[in-house]
Amino acid sequence: MNLRNGRSKALAIGAVALVSTLSLSACGTDDNTSKTTSGSSTGGSTAAAPAKIACADKGGQLLGAGSTAQAPAIDVWKAAYSAACSSATLTYSGGGSGAGVTQFNQGKVAFAGSDSALKATEVDASKAVCTGGQAIDLPMVGGLVSIVFNIEGVDKLVVDGPTLAKIFDSQITKWNDPAIAALNPGVNLPAADIQAIHRSEDSGTTANLTGYLAKAGGGNWKYPAAKSWAGQGGQSANGSAGVAALVKQTKNSISYVELSYAQTNKLNSAAINTGASKPVEATAANAAATLASAKVVGTGADLALDIDYATKAEGNYPITLVTYEIVCDKGNKADTLPVLKSFLNYTVSDAGQQAIGAVGYVPLPAELAGKVKTQIDALA
Amino acid sequence: MTSAPPADARGRARRSRGDSRRGDNVFFNLSRGSGVLLLVVMAAIAGFLAYRSLLALGKNEGNFLTTFEWTPDATKPVFGIAVLTFGTLVSAFIAMVIAVPIAVGIALFISHYAPRRIAQPFAYLVDLLAAVPSIVYGLWGVLFLVPHMDGLTSWMDQYLGWTYVFDQSSTGVPPRNLFTVGILLAIMVLPIITAVTREVFRQVPRMHEEAALALGATRWEMIRTAVLPFGRPGIISASMLGLGRALGETIAVATVLSTNSVLSLHLLDPGGGTFAQNIALKFSEAQPLGRDALMASGLVLFVITLLVNGAARMIIARRKEYSGAAA
Amino acid sequence: MSSTATITDATPPQLGHRLTAARLPRWAPAATAAASIAVGCGIGAAAGLESHVQWGLISALLFLVVSYTLSASVEGRRQARDRFATSLVWVSFVCAVVPLVSLTFYTVQQGIDAISPEFLTHSMKGVVATLSPDGGIYHAIIGTIEQVLLATLIAAPIGLLTAVYLVEYGRGRLASAVTFFVDVMTGVPSVVAGLFILSLWNIALGFEYSGFSGSLALAILMMPVVVRSTEEMLKLVPNELREASYALGVPRWKTILRIVIPTAIGGITTGVMLAVARITGETAPVMMLVFGADFINSDPFNGPQQSLPLYIWQQYSQINNDFGYQRAWGAALVLIAFVMGLNLVARAIARWRSPKGGH
Repeated sequence: MNLRNGRSKALAIGAVALVSTLSLSACGTDDNTSKTTSGSSTGGSTAAAPAKIACADKGGQLLGAGSTAQAPAIDVWKAAYSAACSSATLTYSGGGSGAGVTQFNQGKVAFAGSDSALKATEVDASKAVCTGGQAIDLPMVGGLVSIVFNIEGVDKLVVDGPTLAKIFDSQITKWNDPAIAALNPGVNLPAADIQAIHRSEDSGTTANLTGYLAKAGGGNWKYPAAKSWAGQGGQSANGSAGVAALVKQTKNSISYVELSYAQTNKLNSAAINTGASKPVEATAANAAATLASAKVVGTGADLALDIDYATKAEGNYPITLVTYEIVCDKGNKADTLPVLKSFLNYTVSDAGQQAIGAVGYVPLPAELAGKVKTQIDALA
Repeated sequence: MTSAPPADARGRARRSRGDSRRGDNVFFNLSRGSGVLLLVVMAAIAGFLAYRSLLALGKNEGNFLTTFEWTPDATKPVFGIAVLTFGTLVSAFIAMVIAVPIAVGIALFISHYAPRRIAQPFAYLVDLLAAVPSIVYGLWGVLFLVPHMDGLTSWMDQYLGWTYVFDQSSTGVPPRNLFTVGILLAIMVLPIITAVTREVFRQVPRMHEEAALALGATRWEMIRTAVLPFGRPGIISASMLGLGRALGETIAVATVLSTNSVLSLHLLDPGGGTFAQNIALKFSEAQPLGRDALMASGLVLFVITLLVNGAARMIIARRKEYSGAAA
Repeated sequence: MSSTATITDATPPQLGHRLTAARLPRWAPAATAAASIAVGCGIGAAAGLESHVQWGLISALLFLVVSYTLSASVEGRRQARDRFATSLVWVSFVCAVVPLVSLTFYTVQQGIDAISPEFLTHSMKGVVATLSPDGGIYHAIIGTIEQVLLATLIAAPIGLLTAVYLVEYGRGRLASAVTFFVDVMTGVPSVVAGLFILSLWNIALGFEYSGFSGSLALAILMMPVVVRSTEEMLKLVPNELREASYALGVPRWKTILRIVIPTAIGGITTGVMLAVARITGETAPVMMLVFGADFINSDPFNGPQQSLPLYIWQQYSQINNDFGYQRAWGAALVLIAFVMGLNLVARAIARWRSPKGGH
C-alpha cells in the first residue's frame, strides 16, 4: 500500500513535470529579434543589414534541398532574407546533393543545392518539370578543401599532389618518408605510421579532393574523381564534423575538410606545393584567385565551372570548389518564381557573398557573380 | 401477469445474444481488417523494394553476392553485399551474445531479485534508455565508448590474439571496429529486450513459483524450473525485437564505425560495414542507379530478418504448451 | 525455502546437523563483492592496465568465482549454484548500470547548460545558427509532439487490433501471412520506410511535404513493434480467464475488451511506449518528409515542420561549433525527457485501468 502510494506520487510528479514543460513552452515565438545577443557574438540574430534586399511583390513558401556543404551559407542568407522580406518563408533541407537533385527533378522543391554540376541524364530528366526549359547550374557558394593534419610538434607542413596521392593510397606509410621530408626541409618528422582519414559517406568534398589527386597526382592516384572513396587503407569517419573530430583524436593523422571545419576545430592546414615559387597556403584569398581563373564550361544559360586543379599560378590554391544552385532556366513554378529570383539576387549580391565569407566560404569573384546575376534576371 | 417477465427476459436474452453476435462480428471484422491493412502496407513496401532492386540488379556488372565494392554510380556499375552481410551479421551476433544474457539477468533482477526500492527506479532507468535517440548513442559511442575500449582491445589482442579473430594487425588506431559496434548495439538493444522480458516474467503464474518453492527448491531452482520455461518464448520474441533494431541500426553505427570495403575476420581492426549504415551513408549522394542498388541491399536485410525471425518462430512454436491463448 | 526446521531436544545430534546445514552469514555476499572489487582494482593497478573496463571485468570474474567456491565449500552444491545465479544476476545488473548511467550522465552533463526558458520557447527563425547561441527548439517540440501523436493514433490501434486478431482469432493463411510480414518489418531500415512514403504519398499521389507525411512513415516503423510486443503479452493471458468469462455467457468481443486486454495492459503499454520511443528518435524518414523548417508551424498537414531528432542532426552535423553542439545536446535532453514523460503518463493510465491484485 505504502509502496503503491509512493509510486503514484512519482507518477504524479512525472505528469506534473510533463504538463508544466508543455504549458511553459506553450508561449513559443518565432521572434528572435528582440533578444539581446550575448556580448561577443557580433553576427547575432540580426546578422546582415536588411536594407539592400529587394523583396518579391508577393511572398510565399520557397523550398530548397541538397548539398550539406552549403547549408550553413543558406542559413546565413535565410536569416537575412527573411528579416527583410517577412512575407516569404524559406526552408532548405540539407540531405545531400544527390537527394536534392532528385527532389528537384520530381518537382518537389524550387531549387536544389549541388556540389557538382548536373550530368546530362539529370538535365534530360529535368525537362519534365521545367516546362519549356531545363535545369541549369548557377555557381553560388565558393569554398576550399583544406588538408588538415595532427602531428605532434609539427605545425607547418608542405605537401604536393603526388605525395598526397601516395599518402591517401597507402603507398607512403611513414611520416619520415623521403618524399615528405624533401618537401619539408628542416622539419622534424616523426618515424610514425601515417593515419590517413577519409569520409565514410559519399560527398562532394571527396569528389573535389580525388579530382585534384587525379589531375595533380602525377599518375599516383589510379582512381577516377568520385564522390565515394576508392583509395586503399586508412580510416573513415562520417561527415566533415566526424573527420575533424577524428583528426583531433588521432595522433599522426592527415585528412581533408572544408575551410570552416579546419577553422572551428583549430586544425593545422598544410600548404600545397603546386609548382609555383612558394607553397600555397589554404586561405580564402588564395582560393578566390583560383576561382577567378576558372573557366565556364556550361552551355547556354548553364554556368558550370571547370576549376584547374593543376594550376601552377602564384597564390592559386588548387583544391578549390564551387557549389551550385540548380534551377530551371524556363518553366519555374509561377508561384515561387518571384521569391526565388529575389532570393538568388540577394545571395549573389556583394552583401550576400560577403556575409558567407564570415562563416568560412569564399566569395565569388565579381566577374563571375555578374554572369550569374544576368542569368538570374533571365529566369522565367 | 406471470407470463410477462419470462417473455421479457427471453426477449432481452435474444436481443442481447443478437447484440453480442453483432458485436462479435464487428469486432472480428475490425481486427481482421487491421491485419489485412497491415498486410497490404507491408506487402506494398516489399513489392516496392523488390521492384527497385530488380532495376538495379539488371545493371550490376559484378556479382551481387560476392563483390566487396559498392560503386553503383561509377561508369562501370559494380556493387555487392559480401562485406555488408558479414558486418551486419557479426555486429548483430556480438550484440545479441552480450545483450540477451545480461537483459535476462536484469529482467530477473527487476522481477525476482532486487529489493523493490531498487527495482522500480531501475526499471524506469532502463525504459528511459529505450528512449535515447540513436544519434545520441552514436555521439556517446564516439566520444566516450571508443576511447574506453582502447585498453580492452589491446588486452584482447595480447591474450586472445591467437584466435585470429581478436588479432589486431594495426596499432595506434582508435578501435572504431565491428567489435566496438557490437558492444554499442548491445547497449542499445538492452533496454528493449529487458523491457519486454521483464513484463513476461511478471506474468509467470504465482502458483508455479510457490509450488516450486514449496517443494524445497532454492530460488535459482525455482527460476530454472518455473520462470525461465514459462518466459522462454517471450525472451525469444524480445530478442527478435532487439535483433531487429541491431540489424537495422543506422546512425549510431555510421558514427562509430570506420568503414571500408574489405572483408576481414580481424574484428578488432577498423573496417567493414553494415547494410543500414551503408544505405544511410551512400543514399544522400546516390544517383538513380545507386539508389536502386541501395534498395536491393535493403531487400537483403529484409530476407535476413525474415530468416532469423522464422527460426525464432519455429523454436517458439515447439514450446507452445506454455502459451495461454488458443493460437 | 530455507531449512529452518525446528528440532526437538530428543532428536539425535547427527540428524540435527543434517537438517540445518551450515550457512554463510548474511553479510557474506557484500563482503565478497567488496573484496573482489578491491582485489580487481589492485590487480588492475599493479598490472598497469589503463582501461577501467578491465578492472571491472576482473572484479566481476573474481566475485563470481569466489562466491561460488566459498558457498560450495560451506553450504554445499545446490546452495552454491543458487548463490552463483544470484551473483550473476547482480553482476549483469552492474554491467548494465555502468554504461546506462554513463550515457544518461553524459547527456545531462552536455545538455543541461543549453536548457533555458528562451531555448524552450523560441524557434530558430532569423537566427544564424553558426554565429549566434540564440534560438530554440519550440518549433521542433511542437513538430515532434504532433508527428508522434499522429503516428501513434494511426499505428497503435491498427497494431493492437492486429495483435488481437493474431492471438484471439487468427488461424489459417491470412494469419500466417500477417505474422510473416510483421516479422520482416521489424528489420526495415528507417530510410526505406521514408522512401516508400515519399514515392507513394508525395510523388505518386502528389501531396506536399508536411508533418503528416512524416507521421505516415513513422507509423510504418511503429506498427510491427506494437504488434510483436502486444501479441506476446496477449498470449500470456491465461486461458482460464477467457474460459471463465465465456462460461458466464460474456460474448467474445467483450471478453477480449474487458478481460484479456486489461489483464495484459501493463505489457501492452510497455510495448507501445517502446515503439513510441523508437520512432521519436528517428531522423532519416523525418528528414525526407517533414523537411525541417526553422519557424513555428503548428499545422501538421500543411508545409514543412521541424522535429527534434532532425534538429539534433542538423545542429550536430551542419553547424559544427560549440553553438551547434550546445543546441544539439540540449535538444537531445529535451527529447529524452519528453519520451520519459510520455512513458510515465502511459504507465499511470495503465495502472489506473488495470485490474488490481496479482503482482
